[in-house]
Amino acid sequence: MMNTTAAANRRPLIQVKDLKKHFPITRGLFNQTVGTVRAVDGIDLEVYEGETLGIVGESGCGKSTTGQMLLGLLPPSEGSVIFEGKDLTSLSKEELRLRRKDLQVIFQDPYSSLNPRMTIEQLVGEPLKIYGLKKGKALRDEVVRLLRVVGLDEHHLKRHPHEFSGGQRQRIGIARALALNPKVLICDEPVSALDVSIQAQILNLLKKLQREFNLTYVFIAHGLPAVRHISDRIAVMYLGKVVEITDRDSLFESPTHPYTEALLSAIPVADPTKRRTHKPLEGDLPNPSNPPSGCRFHTRCPYAQERCVKEEPSLVEYKPGHHAACHYPLGM
Amino acid sequence: MYTQTETEKDVSLETPKARKASGRFKWIKLLLRSKTGTLGLVIVLAMFGMAVFADMIAPFNPAETDVVNRLLPPAWVEGGNPDYLLGTDNLGRDILSRVIVGSRVSLLVGISAVVLAGAIGLFLGLLAGFYGKWIDTVIMRTVDSFLAIPNILFMLIVLAVIGPSLMTMIFALGGTTWVVYARMVRGETLSVKERDYVRSARAVGAKDARIIWQYILPNIVSSFIVIATLNVATTIILESSLSFLGLGIQPPDVSWGLMLSDGREYLATSWWVATFPGIAITITVLGIIFLGDWLRDVLDPKMKIK
Repeated sequence: MMNTTAAANRRPLIQVKDLKKHFPITRGLFNQTVGTVRAVDGIDLEVYEGETLGIVGESGCGKSTTGQMLLGLLPPSEGSVIFEGKDLTSLSKEELRLRRKDLQVIFQDPYSSLNPRMTIEQLVGEPLKIYGLKKGKALRDEVVRLLRVVGLDEHHLKRHPHEFSGGQRQRIGIARALALNPKVLICDEPVSALDVSIQAQILNLLKKLQREFNLTYVFIAHGLPAVRHISDRIAVMYLGKVVEITDRDSLFESPTHPYTEALLSAIPVADPTKRRTHKPLEGDLPNPSNPPSGCRFHTRCPYAQERCVKEEPSLVEYKPGHHAACHYPLGM
Repeated sequence: MYTQTETEKDVSLETPKARKASGRFKWIKLLLRSKTGTLGLVIVLAMFGMAVFADMIAPFNPAETDVVNRLLPPAWVEGGNPDYLLGTDNLGRDILSRVIVGSRVSLLVGISAVVLAGAIGLFLGLLAGFYGKWIDTVIMRTVDSFLAIPNILFMLIVLAVIGPSLMTMIFALGGTTWVVYARMVRGETLSVKERDYVRSARAVGAKDARIIWQYILPNIVSSFIVIATLNVATTIILESSLSFLGLGIQPPDVSWGLMLSDGREYLATSWWVATFPGIAITITVLGIIFLGDWLRDVLDPKMKIK
């Protein structure tokens, strides 16, 4: 596993600059725009080669939208995604399609992300066929190789997705994503739809594949425990913004943003003798079409002060490699 | 190599392998496995055979009148004549021969019009649903305007302008009923388009044509088949309304629909005139529906196990 200083010395593989995605809310006969949902509202990220960047946050914080934009599947409203020196937002549809060979995705729900009408052979072989990389016997051999890599077998070739369990389907999804030998895998909550016993298997498989193929992961999840297992660095998102980003250990040991602290205290501890000082977050996630003024977290923050209501904090590097967006960072 | 633990059971191994048909006779094997599918095929083949060999099978000339023997009941009813098995109509024409010969027009019109309407509707519906925006607006407003005019009025105008013939009737029927398919296909496309697997197709670099052909079409085909097979019946009846209004089949030609409307006047006194063509329509439609249901099941990989 890589440490932060090594990451800092490397050139980023993906650079996200002031990325925004606003969805218009339309109403009425002529689709008047009555407002915008600020799903992602200006985030900056860097993803280094060979690392795993975890992105965590509640439902609706914009983490999946960010993933879609990194893939170029969703055009951003503003900002840029620079992958290997090329801005994905400036590419034409066809250029983007060719670029996407290096950027693949694993979806959250293995029950809806595989075309039920295709066989496993078709599903896994399709990417190779699309780019004309392999044909006939060679294609079949490659599909078998990919299936073996993810722990499936040749006798699965002619089966359809509904004949498999959730974990197996996710393996098929991974094999499909690996077919093009990508550089980056965006994992959009790849284990949250699976049984707990199978989650670990898939995570271990992903780790093994990362070592074997020198993959870079962007791992999106809604809880910290899942990303802890696999991430080198973790970005915490709240309401379309990154509130804290640092390497895994320092995030878990000394969280700087009150929201991160709240997320950490929500992790159950498997020790009944331990009395926990769990301070649950109050209130719901504010409406992203009308975010709070100043710091977006001030409505739920236990430490909020007057300044937080008026002034929006920017992402500041408080310790080397440890960025947080808070006026009154914890432990400072 | 990664090994599976016991917690993750290999579900796929539970599928009985022997039940999976393969090889050259795959389709026939799959068909014979389904009783209703086989029945449907038998009915449809029988009907087609009847239409093709109508001239040889029919005992009388369907247009030949015999005023002395008008409105004879079927042979097994009191007063029936064994020569006229299903009785005669108001002009003394043999009903059995008319049902046999009438199958030609009815099947031809019913099936060709559905195929034509289905093809137009499927194409435009996919286009509207998949591309959205102005394409969707143009297509769907056209559909709306078609729906605003009663079908029968539209067809009457077309037939009155071009003149009634078999071809114009097929085009008039197909040209008005496609809106049903277009609406249905558009709706299904809109829902399938948002599924994760379509996004996964984009992620692996699939172009629009592949997404439509491999991802959208196979996943909407079952609803389409159901609607299309049901519509064969509607179309045969629509043809009868046109014939009734004098713009459809012109005597001495005969179709089931024309016979139905001829028999309407005599329903109270001579039930057989309208009943037998009605039964012929019902049986044909049932056969097509059975066959359609079977086709839908075969195309769905989840149903193959049964």
